Amino acid sequence: MRMQVTIDINGEQVSRDIEPRQLLVHFIRDTPGLTGTHWGCDTSNCGACVVLMDGRPVKSCTTLAVMCEGHEIRTVESLEVNGRLDPIQQGFHETHALQCGFCTPGMLMTGRALLDENPDPTEQEIRTAISGSICRCTGYKNIVAAVRWAAEHEAATRQEV
Amino acid sequence: MATVENLPSATEERPIGFGRLKRKEDARFIRGQGNYLDDIRLPGMVHGAILRSPFAHARIISIDTSRALALPGVAAVVTAKDLETLGLAWMPTISYDTQAVLAGDKVRFQGQEVAFVIATDEYIARDALQLIDVEYEPLPAVVNARRALDPDAPLIRDDKTGQTDNLASATWEAGDEDATDRAFAEADTVVTRDIIYPRCHPAPLETCGMIADFDPQSGQLNIYNGNQAPHAHRTVYAQVAGLAEHMIRIQTGDIGGGFGNKVPIYPGYVCAIAGSIVAGVPVKWIEDRSENLMSTGFARDYVMRAEMCSKDGKITGLRVDVIADHGAFDSTAQPTKFPAGFFHIVCGSYDLQAAHVKVKAVYTNKAPGGVAYRCSFRITEAVYLVERMVSALAMEIGVDPIELRMRSFIAPEQFPYETTTGWTYDSGNYAETMRVAMDIAGYDELRREQAEKRARGELMGVGVAFFTEGVGAGPRKHMDILGLAMNDGADLRVHPSGKAVVSISAQTQGQGHETTFAQIVAEELGIPPEDVQVRHGDTDRSPYGLGTYGSRSTPVSGAAVAVVSRKVRDRARLIAATMLETRPEDLAWEKGRWYVKGDPEKGASIDDIAVRAYSGEALPDGMEGGLDAQVIYDPPNLTYPYGAYIAVVDVDPETAEVKVRRFIAVDDCGVRINPMVVDGQIHGGLAEGIGIALMEVISFDEEGNCLNGSFMDYLIPTALECPDFELGETVTPCPHHPLGAKGVGESPNVGSPPAIVNAVIDALHESHGVTHIDMPCTPARVWAAMQGRPEPPQ
Amino acid sequence: MQTPASFEYERATSVDGAIEALQRLGSEARVIAGGHSLIPMMKLRLANPEHLVDINDLRELSYIREEGYEVRIGALTRHVELLESDLLALRFPIFRDAEQVIADPVVRNRGTIGGSLCQADAAEDLSAVCSALKAQVVIRGRDGERVVGLDDFYIGPFTTAVSDGELLTEIRLPLRPGAGSAHEKVERRAGDWAVAAASAALWLENGTIADAGVALSAVGPVTVHLKRAEELLRGKAPGEELFAEAGQIASEDCAPLPDGRGPVDYKRHLAGVLTKRALGRAAARAQHREA
Repeated sequence: MRMQVTIDINGEQVSRDIEPRQLLVHFIRDTPGLTGTHWGCDTSNCGACVVLMDGRPVKSCTTLAVMCEGHEIRTVESLEVNGRLDPIQQGFHETHALQCGFCTPGMLMTGRALLDENPDPTEQEIRTAISGSICRCTGYKNIVAAVRWAAEHEAATRQEV
Repeated sequence: MATVENLPSATEERPIGFGRLKRKEDARFIRGQGNYLDDIRLPGMVHGAILRSPFAHARIISIDTSRALALPGVAAVVTAKDLETLGLAWMPTISYDTQAVLAGDKVRFQGQEVAFVIATDEYIARDALQLIDVEYEPLPAVVNARRALDPDAPLIRDDKTGQTDNLASATWEAGDEDATDRAFAEADTVVTRDIIYPRCHPAPLETCGMIADFDPQSGQLNIYNGNQAPHAHRTVYAQVAGLAEHMIRIQTGDIGGGFGNKVPIYPGYVCAIAGSIVAGVPVKWIEDRSENLMSTGFARDYVMRAEMCSKDGKITGLRVDVIADHGAFDSTAQPTKFPAGFFHIVCGSYDLQAAHVKVKAVYTNKAPGGVAYRCSFRITEAVYLVERMVSALAMEIGVDPIELRMRSFIAPEQFPYETTTGWTYDSGNYAETMRVAMDIAGYDELRREQAEKRARGELMGVGVAFFTEGVGAGPRKHMDILGLAMNDGADLRVHPSGKAVVSISAQTQGQGHETTFAQIVAEELGIPPEDVQVRHGDTDRSPYGLGTYGSRSTPVSGAAVAVVSRKVRDRARLIAATMLETRPEDLAWEKGRWYVKGDPEKGASIDDIAVRAYSGEALPDGMEGGLDAQVIYDPPNLTYPYGAYIAVVDVDPETAEVKVRRFIAVDDCGVRINPMVVDGQIHGGLAEGIGIALMEVISFDEEGNCLNGSFMDYLIPTALECPDFELGETVTPCPHHPLGAKGVGESPNVGSPPAIVNAVIDALHESHGVTHIDMPCTPARVWAAMQGRPEPPQ
Repeated sequence: MQTPASFEYERATSVDGAIEALQRLGSEARVIAGGHSLIPMMKLRLANPEHLVDINDLRELSYIREEGYEVRIGALTRHVELLESDLLALRFPIFRDAEQVIADPVVRNRGTIGGSLCQADAAEDLSAVCSALKAQVVIRGRDGERVVGLDDFYIGPFTTAVSDGELLTEIRLPLRPGAGSAHEKVERRAGDWAVAAASAALWLENGTIADAGVALSAVGPVTVHLKRAEELLRGKAPGEELFAEAGQIASEDCAPLPDGRGPVDYKRHLAGVLTKRALGRAAARAQHREA
């Protein structure tokens, strides 16, 4: 069985004839060729594949692409707009919150979703929010700092505006 | 969603040379533009998948691939028989053993490679695996290393001529046995412990894989493979596959973590290469997470018995007997002359009278490996053992564990220090580092808090570890892998505009080489690091060298970059002398320029000199144009970083759950090139250490079934298990490294497990009489210890 | 990475449509909601359904509301909604306890209460929560609805009373005065399945326990409903000794198997400790001593 599936990925309608068994992570990586979304396990434990679905982080290795028709998917590639980094991206750079970079896209999207819902998260709230994602390099300390960095700079920007 | 332009940086450091510098490589990673293996798509590429053994030990009666071959989309199914015709059924390991690429006679561990499917996409390749019919005759499995040499143990390696038992390597010794016997005879206190460092796994977030692209017309083999030693891999492929080495190119791309797991060559790689040679199209094979955990390089698995003695309150002797469990094939990663790696650094940071170490290795029906999981060749096992033993001895004597360490440390004036097992430590001031850690921890206050809590029935523990590592292998007269000296090359080219490219043989897996190695050139030549491009991870575009593992990048490759920069600087001096119409010896150097001694206004910058070097104007007599140099660096010795770690844990008295409340790490890794990167390395290793101490383990049932074959059971700490690490530093330069730097990447993984386990035991000793517990300290295992029956891991 | 075998897929647009599809497709069809239990099983090829019926569009099954003397939860309500529900926090804070420790926040964005209950995994937390709260579930088929208690819902490991062609649509939690509830779990690491977990609910009247619900996760082939402990508790005044006695019953009446999470004796021990603790917190909440 094959089906024509259309998914809104980063604001673009992406269509393809696929098997229903195709995982969302493969659809994202293969069809629009957005390889920023990674996979690291098969059991929805590692969070390397996290993307936003209707604004909430989900694990794209444990979601079928066909289930996403009619939903909005956002990936790491959407964060930078017109050459301007999202504060969460800049926060990761400023605080050395990434090393090998493999978990980074999932962490960025999880952090972005947290800040959208809770603009001023505590350390514990950040640790809880990213607890579905494994980072093997950073020990999480600087990831927590990066999310705080983004929170503080977003707050400063809001005040200016 | 907010987007903001030009947010002010928290810290606007732009050092020309050493200092905190934000990483160059971040730019692509934060945009999702990294180039990892699975991101590569080549025209005509097909996909491989591996059928693996469900049994730990079984004879293969038959393999029928016909149903799989009939599946539309399947191009080929390769078995051992097919590989035999290519001479590729077996491959050498990095420890001079042989390993089956695909099992033909029998399978020797659960998850062993049996057949390789090539299909048009990875879904079909996996469908085909279900259609291969293999008939097995199960055999009894050897799982427990202590029983591997029992007379009735089934023989695992009947493929090896003359092998009659499961001994993988004969007993290897270090130290002086007689002197050690004397030390014990003279001692007033002796403690003995059976200690297991259980099997665990580096589990980088990106699994292992390869794209092999063989062009039958040209004979060129292009390999895309995230590995930690591309040049050495190329040499091995040339030897194994009979290909011309200069026609093989390995590109690593970005690597999603390695931690030792990406040092070896795996059967899947050979299958991908063989597949591409046979099919004539690119073959991509990437293992899934279960394959990674069940078949690729594990770490540790050392079964140890140790005795430590003291006299007059000072540690005097150590005796260690080890059984190393190598699994079904000996593919431990270590220099040739060191069959137990650097385990004999087990004397640790102490001025011992004598020590003696014995290590023998056995085969079991488990996955092969013995890689160094963020560790320099078994130093992790050694440090864990000695630091557990020192704390056990302190407990026995009834002295504070820091006090016993302080009394027994090698003193600063004793460096360079020869250990009784043959190492020459370069530099150190251990007591000072220990004191910094105590200050950050508030050690005395912690002990007061602990006493108060004990009175209330609460369980709190404070654990200490002080490690000395030997990293940066190594001097060519002592150290090689498969005959290849453990040296690294660097090639520096300063272009006419003063911009530079430095090519190195080490390969980053996240350590930030593109930034820190540019900083080394910047420090030495005085040009901004952004003007230095670091090239690595491509055998066609970098000099030969042995790669990144064993914390060797800064000690070896970093030294190579410093030396090559100085060669360019020396060459620049000669050119500057011609430009300034003076003698080279009359010039003095300041960052970025040579100037005339006594007339500092008169000088030439590296930029000026670069222009001149490529121009038509006169150069010193006999000098060729250009401003380049290359070196191969042979380190005179290892570097010996060290550190003092203190863990504070709380144990739930009823459920036995352990929480690491605080972790203090004071590292001395000599001169720090980029302190931000150094701290990041330490954070990451500490998280891994927490994992190993509390939850990460690869265990097996009696039939040899792997019980931790996915991230549902191979548990890696999340942000919720890691405390907000508290770091400190001391700086004792390495005397023989050109920059005074030592390695650091592995220190936190080496030093943290004993600190945590010591803390758990410290929490339980007084109330429950616990004197030992093996890792991982899961709730169930800690509870068993609290009931008076600590159990070894499975 | 691991990939599922092929299957046919259809998306239900109404509850009746879903039931019609399940009737038509029979035993080879599976319902998919969050998919976080089913898809990993399919990737391991341990589950190979021929058809999937996707019910994620059935928003009419996503709600938490108070109706008469019940709180009703639609089967498609996601974990995150249970966690964030003010109504549940007020009526049954046990949900917040449990939802904070079920999988991880990202998984909780997809997983549903109906999926959790229908998976009938003894290690799953919400089954014990619902059992302790004396929940009833609504199962709808072609011929209408039936309402069953949880004891009748669970038939065996990974097996429920939901037959082919039927759909779990709603969970009903009776509201009674004097309620307090709590969930306690020991896990090897955040996001892991329970080594053991205990759910407790108490309903106090005039200082005595009018009724009690106690159930355990991960210490038996199915969720363990501790009826003997409930009998012990009824009619008594809440207190530490009583709860310790109930914990003792929990240790005796569970039936754990040894596995990577621990041996039998440890799990029995935990069943006791966690039952005692859950009852203590449930009582504190019933007495408004703790939120």
